[in-house]
Amino acid sequence: MKTSNDICLKLQDITYGYSYHSSVLDGINLTVPKGRMLGLLGPSGAGKSTLLKIIVGLYKPWHGSIEFNNHSMCHASSSKEQRHNSLFQSTFRRHNDIPSIGYVPQIESVDWTFPVTVKEVVAMGIWDQSGATPWLAKNTSDEIDHILDSLGLDGSLYMKRQIRELSGGEQQRVFLARALIRNPHILLLDEPTSGVDYNTRERILGILTELNTRGMTIIIATHDITGLARRLPWVVCLNKNIVSEGSPADTLTEINLLKTYGLIDNTSITSTTATKEG
Amino acid sequence: MVGGVCGLIGVYIVLRGMSYIGHGMSHAVFGGAVASYILSFNMYIGAALWGFISAAIINEINRRNKIKADAAIGVVTTAGFAIGILLISTTRSFTRDFESLLFGNILGITDQDLLVISLVSILTILFVFFYHKKLIFILFDKETSKVYGVKGDLIELIFSLVLATVVIASMNAIGVTLLAAAIVAPAISARMLTNNFLKMVMISTAIGITTSFLGMYASFYFDSASGATIVLYGAAAFGISSLYAFMRRIYHTHSHGDQKHAHPHIHEQEHQHPHQND
Repeated sequence: MKTSNDICLKLQDITYGYSYHSSVLDGINLTVPKGRMLGLLGPSGAGKSTLLKIIVGLYKPWHGSIEFNNHSMCHASSSKEQRHNSLFQSTFRRHNDIPSIGYVPQIESVDWTFPVTVKEVVAMGIWDQSGATPWLAKNTSDEIDHILDSLGLDGSLYMKRQIRELSGGEQQRVFLARALIRNPHILLLDEPTSGVDYNTRERILGILTELNTRGMTIIIATHDITGLARRLPWVVCLNKNIVSEGSPADTLTEINLLKTYGLIDNTSITSTTATKEG
Repeated sequence: MVGGVCGLIGVYIVLRGMSYIGHGMSHAVFGGAVASYILSFNMYIGAALWGFISAAIINEINRRNKIKADAAIGVVTTAGFAIGILLISTTRSFTRDFESLLFGNILGITDQDLLVISLVSILTILFVFFYHKKLIFILFDKETSKVYGVKGDLIELIFSLVLATVVIASMNAIGVTLLAAAIVAPAISARMLTNNFLKMVMISTAIGITTSFLGMYASFYFDSASGATIVLYGAAAFGISSLYAFMRRIYHTHSHGDQKHAHPHIHEQEHQHPHQND
């Protein structure tokens, strides 16, 4: 049985929306134990990316609270907008109990023609630890080289490469390197396999599985049911609220998927079940 | 010095997709300069106050609402310019004095102007040096930079204020109506020549210095308006660098096999994404 010390992240009653008359997330309760690798599955607009952004502190929920290792990071009713960010950032580096976060956004969220090198992008992950000068110290370069190597990109070759020259799979791994160089306890990824081919998807899944076996807690937002979600140890079906969670075998049932993808609602499920039982 | 500092800050402005801001800001501070002149106030202090307020308003509108930056700049700064014109038209006796402010007059630069330009150049160089890492992180991926603790909104505000001081310092030499080109032209010329950010900063600064130097001498010999001459040199630099980039591409296409020569567009795509099949 899991004790409270084993809990990495706890979300209680998280509600959020982009306009005041409709919410995207409605009363999310989710507990993530340390070392779990889970997939957040749902259709476009289900609130997957929004939930990740709430967890990393980009959005402040209307309602609810977020706890990392039993330390409250955000309580909607008692704080101003900036509090989540500032409290989070000021404490998680100094306080051993607060996990550091690695965040991998969707690769489509940035302009890949921006004139920077792979090395400069990965170094962004440790902008606060790599000195005040515009250039990077030798040991930082070595660290970047090592991280890229571990992700299957030859560091010495890729570091100086312009990001505009990268393929989708390489872009994903560069973003992953930028998150991993922070040595995070919890890693959140937004659609890490969208727009990549079969080989790259397998490679990314392999890397994440290995990180997870080393104890990293990983949350992956995805809409890829067969390629990714079915192969993760734990799945959370999300569509505005949590439809179901558990192992893929128990969770990804036809009825749960229909419900997650909005093809049937709660009432029709109840009536279908009642008819079957009857 | 003016050209150099405009070229330096221009890189960040162009890459932030806010090329219009130099144009807008220079028009806005014109109102402040005229108002302070009429009130017998130090022109720099008046223009600075006006510029900082405009910068803060633009930044805030841009951050809070879904209005695009160019629209926000358009309204706020043209209103500032309009106030300046209004003040001039109501006190006609001053009209002649503002010609140098509008179109630039390097020969009319005073010792006080030189001091201000020197101080602003040092301030800008220091700002870019110490904020470079944070600036490229914000420009490339603002959301993730927030997750990792970069205070993006504050830095953008400081950036706008630094820009306002650059505009104010350059106003007498180049003129508010022509300043935008002095900021943008070196940066886009440099963008044509390199994909490397630091090189782009250096090339842009060098182009800024060279075009101002040549422009100033030409305006002295031909007795033309200094601002206009400098800006035309800037435009010429952009023309030359575009031509160079074009020639380089043609040469690159020709230097490969016949088959690729017959399909230059396909080849270019291949060149940019050599690892598409990764």
